[in-house]
Amino acid sequence: MKIDRGVGIVGYGAYIPMNRLRASEVKRVWGGSGTPIEEKSVVAMDEDTITIAVECARYAVKRAGIDPQEIGAVYVGTESKPYAVKPSGTVVAEAIGATPNVLAADYEFACKAGTEAFQTCIGLVSSGMMKYAMAIGADTAQGRPGDALEYTASCGGAAYIFGKKPARTLAEIEGSCSYVTDTPDFWRREHEMYPRHGNRFTGEPAYFKHVIGAAKELMGELGTEAGDYKYAVFHQPNVKFPIKAARTLGFSMDAIKPGLIVPFVGNTYSGSTPLGLAATLDIADPGDRILAVSYGSGAGSDAFSLTVQDAITNDRRLEPAVSRFVDRKRYIDYSVYSKLRGKIVK
Amino acid sequence: MSVPRYWRETKYRYRLIGQMCAQCGSVMFPRSGVCSPCGSVDLEEVKLAETGHVVTWTVVRNPPAGYMEYAPYLVALVELDDGVRVLSQLVDIEPIKMKTGMRVEAAFRRVKVDGNSGIIEYGYKFRPLIE
Ligand SMILES: [Zn+2]
Repeated sequence: MKIDRGVGIVGYGAYIPMNRLRASEVKRVWGGSGTPIEEKSVVAMDEDTITIAVECARYAVKRAGIDPQEIGAVYVGTESKPYAVKPSGTVVAEAIGATPNVLAADYEFACKAGTEAFQTCIGLVSSGMMKYAMAIGADTAQGRPGDALEYTASCGGAAYIFGKKPARTLAEIEGSCSYVTDTPDFWRREHEMYPRHGNRFTGEPAYFKHVIGAAKELMGELGTEAGDYKYAVFHQPNVKFPIKAARTLGFSMDAIKPGLIVPFVGNTYSGSTPLGLAATLDIADPGDRILAVSYGSGAGSDAFSLTVQDAITNDRRLEPAVSRFVDRKRYIDYSVYSKLRGKIVK
Repeated sequence: MSVPRYWRETKYRYRLIGQMCAQCGSVMFPRSGVCSPCGSVDLEEVKLAETGHVVTWTVVRNPPAGYMEYAPYLVALVELDDGVRVLSQLVDIEPIKMKTGMRVEAAFRRVKVDGNSGIIEYGYKFRPLIE
């Protein structure tokens, strides 16, 4: 998809809850062979997708240094809405002071709901319908006790505010592209607490086909190749998948390392690619190019090509870096985890 | 809290907005209809500081109804950087690590949840400053 020149990110913010559950703790309780990551983030008793979204939205507004009344849209991409019916976006918009002249809604597309909202925001600001638009990817994902997903399903999110020059952009978006097919690799029916998934079916025909498809399509459209990008971010359901996707597309480990936070945070679902991108923006220099590709089961990928702008260095120390949240942690055991995630029958 | 009452207070609790008396300058939080020191009803909205320090604190082990699942939890008297004092839950810290004077900031959290089908009340709590 072609995008007007000068459209980009004017602010971003991240948030990760501080509780950590070691994968070895899940293994202690349920057995199993390997552990796909070191540890995952877990919400506190009083946190949910809305509180995570508000925290990262506040940081994004502060970093952008804008009047929240100028934000014309607040979209929350998530698969763990606290309310089945009542938009999360309205709470976030109220909390940051963007109400009442604002579009607000929740997006759902498994793990790519947040980046789907990126594309809507890019369209809204590039068309001139509004000055700024905010997209948030946030989740408090759950895996069935003992299931492979329980090791990785975690909590966190990141918010992005998009704008158009003369607004000061930290990174310009050069293009975006989606690759979507009807693929039943993972789903959760209404009233069900946990999702079901197709085990090995989640690899080649699902994650890799869509991530690589979207990345190739976008690079083909822009006439770029892996060597043109200093950094790349791929959806991180585990450690293996993003590394394999990077290798297949010709990216080095150095290119994906800054954004690869899954070993210490887990899979934050809709927050995964937005958080990986935020961690990369935290260390990128003006002129660096970044490729970011999300993946959502069901299935699809959204790819983005960005070039970091001079303004990024001004804002670097204004708000906490993703690494600050990765390092801020307290370990919990499986019993506390069970209480926090509503797994104890009272 | 009833749903209408929660709704009337959302903006103030979400964004830490209090009232300043136009007559004597006193700041009230949470809001009230009249200035408690001078009785004036000439009040204006004022945004409070989101950072401050802990004046004193305690651990609640036997909470009132509706707060059981959060126990044990910390409650602190926080003096904001604009001098306003706020009584609030303190999160993301263990009682053993608490220190009077420690720097804290406003966080956005669930305050109370009305069962499985009722309203979820959100609002401020304080946590150690994330720098
Ligand atoms: Zn007064």
